[in-house]
Amino acid sequence: MPSIIRVSGLTKTYQSGFTALENVDLDIRRGEIFALLGPNGAGKTTLISIICGISSPSEGSVLADGFDIVRDYRAARSKIGLVPQELCSDAFENVWSAVSFSRGLFGKPSNPAFIEKLLRQLSLWDKKDAQMRELSGGMKRRVMIAKALSHEPEILFLDEPTAGVDVELRKDMWQMVRELREQGVTIILTTHYIEEAEEMADRIGVIRKGQILLVEEKQALMDKLGSKQLSIRLQQPITEIPAELSEFNLQLDQDGSNLSYCYDSRHESDGIARLLRKLTQQGLEIRDLNSSESSLEDIFVSLVQEDQ
Amino acid sequence: MNVYAIRAIYKFEMSRTFRTLMQSIASPVLSTSLYFIVFGTAIGSRMGNIDGISYGAFIIPGLVMLSLLSESISNASFGIFFPKFSGTIYEVLSAPVSAMEIVIGYVGAAATKSVTLGLLILFTAQLFVDYHIEHPIWMLAFLILTAITFSLFGFIIGIWADDFQKLQVIPLMVVTPLTFLGGAFYSISMLPEPWQTLTLFNPVVYLISGFRWAFYGVADVNVVVSLGMTMVFLLICLTTVWWIFRSGYRLRT
Repeated sequence: MPSIIRVSGLTKTYQSGFTALENVDLDIRRGEIFALLGPNGAGKTTLISIICGISSPSEGSVLADGFDIVRDYRAARSKIGLVPQELCSDAFENVWSAVSFSRGLFGKPSNPAFIEKLLRQLSLWDKKDAQMRELSGGMKRRVMIAKALSHEPEILFLDEPTAGVDVELRKDMWQMVRELREQGVTIILTTHYIEEAEEMADRIGVIRKGQILLVEEKQALMDKLGSKQLSIRLQQPITEIPAELSEFNLQLDQDGSNLSYCYDSRHESDGIARLLRKLTQQGLEIRDLNSSESSLEDIFVSLVQEDQ
Repeated sequence: MNVYAIRAIYKFEMSRTFRTLMQSIASPVLSTSLYFIVFGTAIGSRMGNIDGISYGAFIIPGLVMLSLLSESISNASFGIFFPKFSGTIYEVLSAPVSAMEIVIGYVGAAATKSVTLGLLILFTAQLFVDYHIEHPIWMLAFLILTAITFSLFGFIIGIWADDFQKLQVIPLMVVTPLTFLGGAFYSISMLPEPWQTLTLFNPVVYLISGFRWAFYGVADVNVVVSLGMTMVFLLICLTTVWWIFRSGYRLRT
């Protein structure tokens, strides 16, 4: 699949000398949902700010749909919509004119029918005449999304979109993100809610200290790094793990009726079978088995904590 | 040229004016009226003519200039400062607009506002003082040129300012004194030396003198010099704005 965004050798050093991004290469594929994960201060917002034109790169380049974001900024920026992390609005502006303003700013002729559709989609229609200051935080967030979509962008950046957002809006938002993807919009989001990345994203990039640690298909990432855990519930409690089973590094819980076994689902093909055979040989009867996969969150934590 | 963007910014700024009609139009008209009542009608009747013009009529160009300068600066500086302050500037920075389009939108709206205000003040003056305009086209030209120049200047202040105090300091501490000492209420020929020569370093002298010439055909300094100085100041502001966008000063990190 061709890249819709190509970041090459991007470095950002602030005047204070702080390097927020270091030689970042990143390709975003057309039509995908890409989640950028990273702890606070990792450079997620800086990366987005540069691609959107709010910040200037120190070195390197970014192409958006083939257009250089500095040289061909008009073509590049008109393809991009941005929902920033911070809620900010002109307090006295009403919803309708705020969204119409954005459309004009991005060089599109006014289209009341489209704005109406957008506001209805985001459950903002009955608030269209309300001033921004009268809206709740969640409603303001919806307006910011409407503003970002007002010029029908092909690429949508959502910077921490669900921070401080209630469950209903979060659900609505993910529904909308899915619909946008169906329409062919490429979506790049940053989030702290890893379960969301896990649920929504096609691919995941992990960024830390201004460097991209890895970019993977979500499933591949989980397969690659995901270890599985098998818990074995015994019919009769035991006091200690038989020495014959030492090769499996089993853990016994306090009441002696549960054994847990960690394994890598990709590299060990016959571990479970051997373990189960040996258990039977030892005369241990199994009451129940349960296997669980490590979540993206576990993977993420282990990645960003490495060499910290 | 992103005409839709210029229109969007212009419309946004103008609707801000209408939302705050009292503050943006009514209050400058009121305060100028007070000047006319006090200086024009009350004190003016005891004053002799200056250059053959009654004192009440003499101060009209200066008073219009005073409002024009302070309103151009405050409108334009607030217009760009506030989005910076509230954070909504992100949208303008991420939009496919050139520096020129942003400036035309913001400065155009601020200048429109202050020209409207200047004309309103002139109409109001009619109620208090009898005056005539000898060169109406030139009067309008000076009005518009000054409004644009000082709106640009205000735009620069709005970008430079990173708190509300800085936003106020230049208009209050520099522009208002320069206007009061720039011949708004007197002819500079009334000053003793060395003040008469020193006052020529005050750029506002040229604005007021040229503007007054458009009304009554008399001026402290040659009208060509006035026009030239206004243009020079306009050029300085344009160059500064160009540099701001080129370097990203206080706009792009």
